[in-house]
Amino acid sequence: MAKIIYREEMAQGTIILNEIEAPRISRKAKPGQFVILQANETGERIPLTMADTNPEKGTITIIYMVVGKSTAIFKDLQVGDSYYALIGPLGAPTHVEKVGKVICVGGGTGIAVLHPIARALKEAGNEVTTILGSRSYDLLIMEEKMRNASDQFHICTDDGSKGHHGFVTDVLRQVLEKDDIAMVVAIGPIPMMKFCSLITKEKGVKTLVSLNPIMVDGTGMCGCCRVTVGKETKFACVDGPEFDAHKVDFDELAKRLASYLDDEKTSMDAHKNCKI
Amino acid sequence: MADKKQKKEKVPRARMPEQDPDVRRRNFIEVPLGLTPEMAITEAKRCLQCKKPACVAGCPVSVDIPGFITLITENNFSAAANKLWERNALPAVCGRVCPQEEQCEGLCILGKKGQPVAIGYLERFAADYERQNGIGDIPVVEDKTGKKVAVIGSGPSGLTVAGDLLLKGHEVTIFEAFHKPGGVLVYGIPEFRLPKEIVASEVATLEKMGAKIECNTVVGASITIDELFEEGYDAAYIGVGAGLPRFMNLPGENFIGIYSANEYLTRTNLMKGYLFPKYDTPIARGKNVVVLGAGNVAMDSARTAMRLGAKSVKVVYRRSRDEMPARDEELHHAEEEKIEFVLLTNPTQFFGDEDGRLTGMECLKMELGEPDASGRRRPIPIEGSEYKIDCDLVVVSVGSNANPLLTNSTPNLNLNKWGNIVADTVTGKTSKKGVWAGGDIVTGAATVILAMGAGRAAANSMHDYLTIGW
Ligand SMILES: Cc1cc2nc3c(=O)[nH]c(=O)nc-3n(C[C@H](O)[C@H](O)[C@H](O)COP(=O)(O)OP(=O)(O)OC[C@H]3O[C@@H](n4cnc5c(N)ncnc54)[C@H](O)[C@@H]3O)c2cc1C
Ligand SMILES: Cc1cc2nc3c(=O)[nH]c(=O)nc-3n(C[C@H](O)[C@H](O)[C@H](O)COP(=O)(O)OP(=O)(O)OC[C@H]3O[C@@H](n4cnc5c(N)ncnc54)[C@H](O)[C@@H]3O)c2cc1C
Ligand code: SF4
Ligand code: FES
Repeated sequence: MAKIIYREEMAQGTIILNEIEAPRISRKAKPGQFVILQANETGERIPLTMADTNPEKGTITIIYMVVGKSTAIFKDLQVGDSYYALIGPLGAPTHVEKVGKVICVGGGTGIAVLHPIARALKEAGNEVTTILGSRSYDLLIMEEKMRNASDQFHICTDDGSKGHHGFVTDVLRQVLEKDDIAMVVAIGPIPMMKFCSLITKEKGVKTLVSLNPIMVDGTGMCGCCRVTVGKETKFACVDGPEFDAHKVDFDELAKRLASYLDDEKTSMDAHKNCKI
Repeated sequence: MADKKQKKEKVPRARMPEQDPDVRRRNFIEVPLGLTPEMAITEAKRCLQCKKPACVAGCPVSVDIPGFITLITENNFSAAANKLWERNALPAVCGRVCPQEEQCEGLCILGKKGQPVAIGYLERFAADYERQNGIGDIPVVEDKTGKKVAVIGSGPSGLTVAGDLLLKGHEVTIFEAFHKPGGVLVYGIPEFRLPKEIVASEVATLEKMGAKIECNTVVGASITIDELFEEGYDAAYIGVGAGLPRFMNLPGENFIGIYSANEYLTRTNLMKGYLFPKYDTPIARGKNVVVLGAGNVAMDSARTAMRLGAKSVKVVYRRSRDEMPARDEELHHAEEEKIEFVLLTNPTQFFGDEDGRLTGMECLKMELGEPDASGRRRPIPIEGSEYKIDCDLVVVSVGSNANPLLTNSTPNLNLNKWGNIVADTVTGKTSKKGVWAGGDIVTGAATVILAMGAGRAAANSMHDYLTIGW
């Protein structure tokens, strides 16, 4: 169980894809849900969204960015290796229905999280406009898959190496002005989600974001993942991870993600030293 | 007889050898070191072997207390352990964590005039002796019945059900959400009070008896109870505990440095944050720590914070010392470890800096008024008594509720208004056919032994169902 059967490096090795054996989870998982993985007994429990599932084959796919010690250890796992623990599917699935025209905005590994949602929205009969952003074109992931899940498709790069030279918010604004949009789904780094949300709030367009607070159990038993949504405290692992963007306190989320900055550095430094 | 009684009372109750408070408050090694065989025999001889032993009536699972104590006096420690096992599947655990002063020892006849027999110490002694020196033989399992049972949750209640039903020849699979079995015994109660090796050894015995344990399975998410029945299970027991932390809903409660006790203890115990960076999960090491609440969970949190290097640890509680619900031993140990009790005090809000990190909290002083519904005097705020406590870590330990993850995904399961499962108080039967429940998910947060007692009762009823019918 939890054996890696396929592995791919993307975005110059900064983002890794694993296809993992998980028959039970693959049968149950719905778009928007996540799993928790642990590489070994001493490891941390790391939440990652399922970018894809294959119930026939009994596998799930995760795509993660290497940002700290745990994801660095994940990166060392090769085809044939197994995770020590894999738990899921967790979180509330995306509520998918036909609403008309929708925009899907994705950045970084948020694109992996966005993909199954965009696909489900399209399958439900919505007209999907996708806007993807990255610092530079060679860091952009899943372009083809996202294109296939979309009716209109835009790329934005900070350095202008492809598509629109600038931020996703520029294109978002243009599309919102041109079209009658029923809903926006924005998933990516917190600043991206925050600024998308400010724009759609101005226009009064319903917007969903997927939040990524630090988690422990992922089943609602610890409260580590608490986020403020509409002045209420919610547990992202069970009440989310998707929430109404216009009600989310993004600044609090960003601060809470920095809870363990010093410890994360200690961990990463020790890990690097032991590899040298 | 009267003569004998007097003589026995003169032998003082055994004193548990313990790690020195100044040393232990900075390590995670178990605090009480255990009785020696000589001490255990001397203590066991204090027992009067009452004809109608009051202690047994005080034990929720009716352990034959005079019986196992006699065997200790006879130097037959293995037999004493086996006597315990007849009624209690986890004696090494219960000897350590039961509130004996409210149960067996609270009713012991010797306690009327002097000190009760140290039943808990003796229970622990016999079980530890057998674990360390016994030949590790496993109980005889009856012939296979061909029936399959799913036990959901591997806390004391689920483990008890599993053990009992295995003995009766049923096939048992335990489904556990976490990556390690044991429930609160592994994620909540700290190493210095209950070494994890003990829980692991109990679980290993169950596995030797044939139990299958599927960790990393969140029933309700990974698989539903109805799907378990479709997969061929004949009956299910729900023992998922009370895993939903309560917060106080005060301004500033999401500042970095404010934890639920569940998170604080899970990071420390289950994820072994106290061994960071050897283990990867970090845990905040507060300098000035405040723990809100006064139960066992609060004491465990406070004593953990001390061991993680705190300069000061305050337990802030809105009632008075008499109402603190923790076991006597925990309160006593906490005080010895220089944990301060700030009583008749209630928090009103938290303060933080621009990075969202906790810097302090505001409290109100309270006084005791008329008794409330629980019979305890109600704390009333004293107007204008607000003051500030500087702190960089707060552990909110004011109780827990039922976690709805499983119950929401299970149709036809009746719940009460707090979300606890409604189960027959005698049999543990729920409103759903083939499904039993017990432990904290039914009673709300209670005790290890009550959870085990509920498991035992349910196992008997499940056995009847599997062999006779619903
Ligand atoms: C529900 C959910 C779904 C997620 N899905 C994905 C996914 O599909 N792909 C992916 O790449 N990442 C995803 N994440 C984020 C991922 O869990 C973190 O990147 C990971 O935990 C970092 O662990 P680390 O030990 O490698 O880094 P750490 O050393 O722990 O952290 C390094 C940096 O990452 C930040 N960080 C730490 N924890 C998180 C977190 N939970 N979320 C975001 N940043 C964090 C820290 O602030 C720090 O700056 C998801 C998070 C959640 C809660
Ligand atoms: C810190 C702390 C200290 C305590 N100290 C004492 C003490 O000194 N003495 C005493 O008598 N009592 C004490 N208690 C109380 C006692 O531990 C509990 O009453 C007892 O553990 C309840 O047992 P249980 O089997 O009902 O549930 P738990 O021990 O809570 O076990 C439930 C298990 O079910 C699992 N689970 C939950 N949901 C699911 C799901 N959907 N699918 C699969 N598995 C699931 C959980 O992960 C857990 O492992 C303490 C409690 C805590 C938290
Ligand atoms: S009540 Fe006390 S003296 Fe009597 S049998 Fe029980 S432990 Fe022994
Ligand atoms: S991660 Fe523990 S409650 Fe959400």
